[in-house]
Amino acid sequence: MYLEMKHISKSFGNFKVSDDVSFGIERGKLVALLGPSGSGKTTILRILAGLEHQDEGDIYIGGKLMNGVSVKDRGIGFVFQNYALFPYLTVHDNIAYGMKLRKKSKHEIQSKVSELLELVGLPGLGSRFPAQLSGGQRQRVAFARALATEPQVLLLDEPFAAIDAKVRKELRHWLKDMIEQVGITSVFVTHDQEEAVEVADELIITNEGCVEQVGTPIDIYKNPQTSFVAQFIGESVILDDYAYEKLRGFQRQEGAPSAAIRPEFVKVIAAGQEPEFPSIYMNGVIRHKEFRGRYTELTVQIGDIELKAEQQIDEGNMKKGDAVKVMVSRLFAFDSKQAYNLVNLGLKNENIYYI
Amino acid sequence: MKEEYKLITIILKSGLITWLLLLAVWSFGAMFYTDDFLPGPFVTLKGMAGLISDGTLEKDIMFSLIRVLKGWILGLLFAVPAGLCVGYFKPAGYVLEPFLNFFRFIPAIGFITLFLLWFGVGESSKVSLIFYAVIFPVMVNTIAGVKSVDYSLIEAAQSMGAGRSKVFFTVIVPSAVPNIFTGVRLGLSGAIICIVAAEMLAASEGIGYLIYTSRLYYRTDWIFTGIFTLGIIGLLADKLLRLLGKRFLYRFGVR
Repeated sequence: MYLEMKHISKSFGNFKVSDDVSFGIERGKLVALLGPSGSGKTTILRILAGLEHQDEGDIYIGGKLMNGVSVKDRGIGFVFQNYALFPYLTVHDNIAYGMKLRKKSKHEIQSKVSELLELVGLPGLGSRFPAQLSGGQRQRVAFARALATEPQVLLLDEPFAAIDAKVRKELRHWLKDMIEQVGITSVFVTHDQEEAVEVADELIITNEGCVEQVGTPIDIYKNPQTSFVAQFIGESVILDDYAYEKLRGFQRQEGAPSAAIRPEFVKVIAAGQEPEFPSIYMNGVIRHKEFRGRYTELTVQIGDIELKAEQQIDEGNMKKGDAVKVMVSRLFAFDSKQAYNLVNLGLKNENIYYI
Repeated sequence: MKEEYKLITIILKSGLITWLLLLAVWSFGAMFYTDDFLPGPFVTLKGMAGLISDGTLEKDIMFSLIRVLKGWILGLLFAVPAGLCVGYFKPAGYVLEPFLNFFRFIPAIGFITLFLLWFGVGESSKVSLIFYAVIFPVMVNTIAGVKSVDYSLIEAAQSMGAGRSKVFFTVIVPSAVPNIFTGVRLGLSGAIICIVAAEMLAASEGIGYLIYTSRLYYRTDWIFTGIFTLGIIGLLADKLLRLLGKRFLYRFGVR
């Protein structure tokens, strides 16, 4: 592992913001620290940078112990949430800042700055001041500035939080491409699942100062291992008190009374239609219908259970109050700690995986 | 129609109306009193012309201005670095802040007699008095500027390899410029206020002296001349300062 956090703990007063955090990151990977607000993800990033100091635990970068190394000597590039560009310096001087500290020659600085401006797609804007740039452009300058000192690791704190939705999407792709091109090991913090899944090679899910799960986006999406991850990832409906055993094709998982069911696990067809596996379908009624643009969100009631399902626009036109047949292909049952991936038994027996 | 409307807004914004109104009220009021008690604008203008023609006003302005400039510049030379240090280096703060918080509530005028006793009736007592008047607003604002620096800028500088002194010179100082500049302006107005008081008590020239001695000759028009001169000097000096600030410190956020 190129970058390693081992048993990192930190408290602010009595409040434990990091609780025995351990993970490793391979060289050249782009990793997202994903968690809700207050889950301690930014603190982890700041400890990694040396902007905060852990009470316990060790940090290694490139095999070297970084515990006593101050932020200025740690060889990291940091992109701040609010960009933190020096407002009194031009774009050129902002990017050149770190190189000037390293007493690089004028010529070297000049060519590196031009190269970086080219890289981030802002050639010719070197003489502007940050106030004369758009949010997206400032973010790009902040990125260029962080790379100018050729750091070993790039750390980004909610890099897209302050940018409007449309530009954010563009910038995500851009960042991913850019980091791939530069090949730098990078960690970014986000609370936005979509962003994390889209950009990162690997996710580190944090909650209440702990690391819940580490894995690729697909892995975490398919196999949540803790109750937190099962509920946090995706837009699940949560059922309590073993209510899920009333759904056809599921049995009680002893000790796991709750279940998270994502819309994509729920299949809804018109009452008149004949499904492939009739035995696992239940009769339900459409309670709500909400148009969401690319799809329609249906709320269906089966007995006393309400589930959410997504319907593509070309999948027929069901109305509120219509009788329907409903099937749940899988769900995540969980207790207070662990999550279990349950597949509908009717599908399992047929050896068919329905998603 | 539109052109007229534009002209009216320009006049409104220029503050001309205020001046005309003031002039009207003044002229009106002056009709009811003798020139010794309340001279009108015309009488004051005549008095002013007299003072200018015999060179008194120019001489007084020069004396006052030179004292103000000396004290003000000396004050800035001390107060800006001191404020930066007090704001940034904690030990300097521990030493200087109690001193600052005690003396800044004592107006310079309170020290006039003491300074006369210590520094004599010459220039040095007046310059030191202005120095005293200038350093507090400048220091307080400079400190506020240091304390209000966006912390993420400091962290950004550190992450790029800046140590403590580099952070001071490349982040703290430039970020504090707008506040320092406010202090500099307040310092100048403090200096002008203070010099008049000092010249009234102990001087043989200067605008304060002019105002104070005119009463001996029942030349109320000269008093008015002195007062107006002060206002105009202050106004022009501040305008000039702001212009220079905008011209040279715009990138630091001075507007």
